[in-house]
Amino acid sequence: MALIEARDLNRTFSVRRRGAGRRDVVAVRDVTFDVEPGEMVGYIGPNGAGKSTTIKMLTGILVPTSGHLRVAGVEPSRDRRRLARQIGVVFGQRTSLWWDLPLRDSFDLLHRIYRTDPARHRANLAEFVELLALGDLLDTPVRQLSLGQRMRGDIAAALLHDPAILYLDEPTIGLDVVSKGRLREFLRALNATRGVTLLLTTHDLQDIEALCDRVVVIDHGTLVYDGSLPGLHEVGGSTRTLVVDLADAAPPIAVPGADTVRVEGPRQWLRFPAEASAAPVVAAVAAAYDVADLSIQEPAIEDVIRSLYGSG
Amino acid sequence: MRLYVAVARGSFRRYATYLGATVAGTFANTVFGLVLCFVYTAVWRANPEAGGYDVADALTYVWIGQGLIMVVAIWGGGSPDDLAARIRSGDVAIDFYRPVSILAWYLAADLGRAAYHLLSRGVVPFVLGALLFDLHRPSPSGAALFLLALPLAVVVSFALRLLAALSAFWLLDDTGPRSLLGFVALFFSGLTLPLVLFPDGLRHVALVLPWQSFVQLPADLFLSKRTGLDAVAGFGLAAAWAAVLLLACAAVLRRAERRVVVQGG
Repeated sequence: MALIEARDLNRTFSVRRRGAGRRDVVAVRDVTFDVEPGEMVGYIGPNGAGKSTTIKMLTGILVPTSGHLRVAGVEPSRDRRRLARQIGVVFGQRTSLWWDLPLRDSFDLLHRIYRTDPARHRANLAEFVELLALGDLLDTPVRQLSLGQRMRGDIAAALLHDPAILYLDEPTIGLDVVSKGRLREFLRALNATRGVTLLLTTHDLQDIEALCDRVVVIDHGTLVYDGSLPGLHEVGGSTRTLVVDLADAAPPIAVPGADTVRVEGPRQWLRFPAEASAAPVVAAVAAAYDVADLSIQEPAIEDVIRSLYGSG
Repeated sequence: MRLYVAVARGSFRRYATYLGATVAGTFANTVFGLVLCFVYTAVWRANPEAGGYDVADALTYVWIGQGLIMVVAIWGGGSPDDLAARIRSGDVAIDFYRPVSILAWYLAADLGRAAYHLLSRGVVPFVLGALLFDLHRPSPSGAALFLLALPLAVVVSFALRLLAALSAFWLLDDTGPRSLLGFVALFFSGLTLPLVLFPDGLRHVALVLPWQSFVQLPADLFLSKRTGLDAVAGFGLAAAWAAVLLLACAAVLRRAERRVVVQGG
């Protein structure tokens, strides 16, 4: 049985407009997907696409207008308290820690809230303190932590009760490159060693590239893509670029299978489909021109997704 | 239950970290108390048996009131303010994720706060007042009843403050209901003027309202103005208010939760 089962999920909000009475706005429309235990799924879309609305329905704090939803075998909005023991939630822009208390006290309160077995709690705490380098911070009040430190604390807090699913809403927002890298490494290890299922919403596509085998793209409330990351390139019609440095400036290169899109002195840019091999293009260029240097630019996932948003 | 004890302890420690605020607040209470003492002394010199109090009773009443301002959070404040802020910011969603009772959680936090304020903002001004003035010495039973009445006063006050805070679910800003509540509490708790001094009709009304349990009831127990059955009746009234108001909180909280969960926001 899938851990998350969403079938034809709809959510409509009734919005009051000045002078125009009430109007229904569809935030999520006929969204269907399954998540199997142990998957790492990126849930992406532009602002206002319906990501947060979906997450709220998955955690039970918002009732779907229609459709079928099961998470860990329960209907979230009916059984929110039971579901709470099965899920962990991390918001990049909110904290579930207690602002004025030392980190240690927050962990202790969570232990009591979830009534985790004491031995299990101690083992989890020791492990997360070590992996997330929280040892020196345990006695610091949360308000004195840096954003990166607080986020590590929040992630530990979301995991102490051994949830089967971890929802992460913009977990790397505002973090520096090193902190982002460490966090991704931790999440990958968490998935590999504990089998925690991850559902991640983000605007940082490097998060997706580093973590997710699967991407679900939503735009205007409608699911526009559900599949692997490489598959996204095919659907999005993305391209790779061969950058050629010639010995001398030359007219635009003409070889089969690629279009020359830009010329700047001796440097030229040739575009070809992302799923095609670069070898024949490189061979054709090298055979016909005096080449000083070559490099290949991989497709930017940002561009792919932008093109999907446009067509969705 | 152990969870809520831990919540109360955490809240106690949280307030205890703001030592500067405690010292400044205690100083302000003491100054207020001194000013009120001069006013009351003048009143009771003119009318030595006003409200059935003598001068010592009246001055004791002043320091009880100053000691209880923060304990009972007469002006407002405490954990309901935290909740109102979380409603405004949307962080209240995190409270809804947790498998705990929001009402019990915030009540426990407020009781922890009250315990800290009793030991700091409550005891210190009272001791200073007792050093400066000749105050009423309570009988052992009076002192015991006084201490017993305090948790009840905090619960009644908490429930009223929580109701005001919960209005933020609908109004987004709870400033209006909160200031209105603070103003009413200031008057009907007996903090500015003992309720026993109110004219007949108003006094009868004030003495059955929930706010009488904030200052008037504890003071009358301390001063042994209410003993025996009279004291029991006072406790009964306060307990009934506590029960009714907490039930109202639970009902409003359920509605608020439904509103958020069903309508979004």
